[in-house]
Amino acid sequence: MNARTKMILGRMAQAIPVVMGVVVISFLLTRALPGDPAAYFAGPAADEASIAEIREALGLDKPLFQQFFLYVGDLARGDLGTSLTTGQTVMSDLAARLPASLELTLVALLLSCAIAIPLGVLAATRPGTWVDHLCRVLVTAGVSMPTFFTGIVLIYVFYYLAGLAPSPLGRLDFIYLSPPHVTGFYLIDAALAGDWETWFGALKQLILPATTLALFTLAPIARMTRAAMLSALSSDFIRTARAAGLGSRKVLYGYAFRNALLPVVTTLGMVFSFTLGANVLVEKVFAWPGIGSYAVEALVVSDYAAVQGFVLAMALLFVALNLVIDIAYALIDPRIGLN
Amino acid sequence: MLSIKDLSVAFKTRKGEVNAVRGISLDVGKGETLGIVGESGSGKSVTSYALMRILDAGGEIRTGDVSYGGIDLRAASERDMRDIRGREISMIFQNPRAALNPIRRVGHQVEDVLIRHAQATRQDAKTKAIAALEAVKINDAAARYEAYPFELSGGMCQRIVIAIALACKPQLLIADEPTTGLDITTQKAVMDLVGALAKERGMGMILITHDLGLASQYCDRIVVMKDGLIVEEGAPGMLFTDPQHPYTRKLVDATPRLGASIRNLLPPDARSPEPEHKVHTRPLLEVRDLVKTYPGKAGPVQAVKGISFDIKAGQSLGLVGESGSGKSTTSEMVVRLQDPTSGNILFEGHDIASTPSGKFMRHPVRRNIQMVFQDATDSLNPRGTAASAIAEPLARIDRMRGAKLESRVSELADLVGLPQPLLSRYPHQLSGGQKARVGIARAIALEPKLLILDEPTAALDVSIQALVLNLLVDLRAQMGMSYLFVSHDLNVVRLLCDEVLVMKQGEIVDRGPTASVMDKPSHPYTRALIEAAPQPPEPVAA
Repeated sequence: MNARTKMILGRMAQAIPVVMGVVVISFLLTRALPGDPAAYFAGPAADEASIAEIREALGLDKPLFQQFFLYVGDLARGDLGTSLTTGQTVMSDLAARLPASLELTLVALLLSCAIAIPLGVLAATRPGTWVDHLCRVLVTAGVSMPTFFTGIVLIYVFYYLAGLAPSPLGRLDFIYLSPPHVTGFYLIDAALAGDWETWFGALKQLILPATTLALFTLAPIARMTRAAMLSALSSDFIRTARAAGLGSRKVLYGYAFRNALLPVVTTLGMVFSFTLGANVLVEKVFAWPGIGSYAVEALVVSDYAAVQGFVLAMALLFVALNLVIDIAYALIDPRIGLN
Repeated sequence: MLSIKDLSVAFKTRKGEVNAVRGISLDVGKGETLGIVGESGSGKSVTSYALMRILDAGGEIRTGDVSYGGIDLRAASERDMRDIRGREISMIFQNPRAALNPIRRVGHQVEDVLIRHAQATRQDAKTKAIAALEAVKINDAAARYEAYPFELSGGMCQRIVIAIALACKPQLLIADEPTTGLDITTQKAVMDLVGALAKERGMGMILITHDLGLASQYCDRIVVMKDGLIVEEGAPGMLFTDPQHPYTRKLVDATPRLGASIRNLLPPDARSPEPEHKVHTRPLLEVRDLVKTYPGKAGPVQAVKGISFDIKAGQSLGLVGESGSGKSTTSEMVVRLQDPTSGNILFEGHDIASTPSGKFMRHPVRRNIQMVFQDATDSLNPRGTAASAIAEPLARIDRMRGAKLESRVSELADLVGLPQPLLSRYPHQLSGGQKARVGIARAIALEPKLLILDEPTAALDVSIQALVLNLLVDLRAQMGMSYLFVSHDLNVVRLLCDEVLVMKQGEIVDRGPTASVMDKPSHPYTRALIEAAPQPPEPVAA
């Protein structure tokens, strides 16, 4: 256990240089963007002199490395600058929008795991039967339809035709007030406030976009679960367990599934990162006030502070995610972290 | 106690049905040890899986009766079978490390079985599991209880597997190649342990093995299987002294043993006179103070601790030792796949240790030192044909191309006895013996002066091993090569080598002419190794 704790601490220390690298790259990347933020900010009627004035006010006239030190100094104070488009500080924009995206992604992944993992396990234990074929069909269908298409079809069927779903306009219908801000996750905040009406309101808004994303992420998780279970079930130690008379439930879950978890966790981490990046389209279709649509809007108008803030936030999130996965790995598999 | 009548088992495969077992009958009495001996594909393991009803998917019992103490195992429900497995009939397997759940503490794995068969409750499971570990002579069982399989040696893992199998005191133990992959002294310890426990508990046992010598040492009765059929049955002494079936005769002949020459391993009609090989006095390879140190968790680990030896031109040197002795590290340094930490390797008087292993490929001596690898399958590119494997060194080092290359490859195939049509096949389409021949052809393609053979026959059936060893003897005489023959099997080294080095923990503990080292071992470790090797009874002269 001691060796493993040491490994986890070491792994956390490794994240530090990565974060520093991310700071440098996010800075350089946004400076390399085409377009002049000063010109955009000054508006179409501005003349050369007022643009230069604004450039000076933004600090964009200074040499690059000096700008960098100013940026790092601001970062240290938790100041990510002000968005040119929303007029709010980037920090407050991110604080409002990041939880929206995370809530959507996490709910989608939970939903997807709840279906994909049992499906993969069933398919692996009964290869060639109807469960296996169902798994294959679902997986192929889910991955071959683009998310914006599934999203629109779901809206058409469940909102327009059946009228079961609320209008696809953001996180809450206008008849509800958003719950008091604690975590920014509406489901959690509403539950904390004990406001179950709002909770259901938020859940109803979430179901369609989360399903859209879940259908897309079903495929890799189900496939990996199936493959990992198949290889675990054909291992020698499964034969030993069966020869010792252990029950099928014990063999399946106690022995095979825990060994199959390792590749599944890896896949989950990858799926999480690409979903977080790829849910821009879903956010657009459902008018979800998430971080993806925020970043796209900022990028279009060279809103460098917002883009910088977005890149930094995402990078930190990925670093944290990888850390969590590595730690999960070490917790599942005792062999890791000792050589 | 156990009675099998007319059992046949078939597997459904993509190419149709394969009959793995074709109507066999056998009995095991209470407290009796029955050996099932056969080569790969003989159906010996499938028989045991069938009677336990743990056949892989696609396998099915076709005909026959299996009864155990009056219970019809074929008709028993799956629930009843689960009660029988582990409590009445248990199994231990080959490759013990893989046979244990890699991410579960070994003590918990023992507990699982105890709790499953109601031999322990959650409260006393730990005490009973530790007692079960102590029963298989595990030192410091309380500490081992917490260990994971990867933290234990192979022999220790096999003891855990045995502890799991015997925890519920079954009446019958099926041991499926229980010592394959273990060192020879560990093999003896494990077999002695299993034998003693069986005797102590009056437990019946089926020992499934490819090693006739091992079976004859531990079994009361032996059946010999070939292609899903029992070809012969009898007491071990009888089988060795008076084998009735030609296949048993062939197996007995092919088992390396005291007093047999290398040609004796072959069937009588194939025994041509053994060719002489000439040993010169000039040294071909001189190894001086060779050291290899690996960085380890708890400080550096010295795998090889300053060893020196010579190989004379034309000489065959055996390098014997158990796992962890440093014999593989030594051979890899000599073949220049690893760099020594210090020391010299002189080949015909020139130091080749100073060229880093990464650059040795372009060294002129590369062509003169070649290697035959242990695993004939894994050492061949699965996407390349046999011909391309043999052609590789010729094309890379000799820059041979086109028709010249092709004719040389077919010449080499003839030399190693590989039929020409097989050259276009891929490794998975070749048998183990054929793959071994491809590996040898590739190694001798450049006519090296020194051939390093790293357990070249370890994965082969005995009858194939006999052929390959004889091929090596012929090639040696024909091409005048020197061999460095790395092996854990002393009986094989005795047949092939002029001199022998015995390594233990990175040091050479014994050396000298093979005959004198083997027959009058001076070092206690050499003696222990020789005593641990199963000695089959001597057959009557053919």
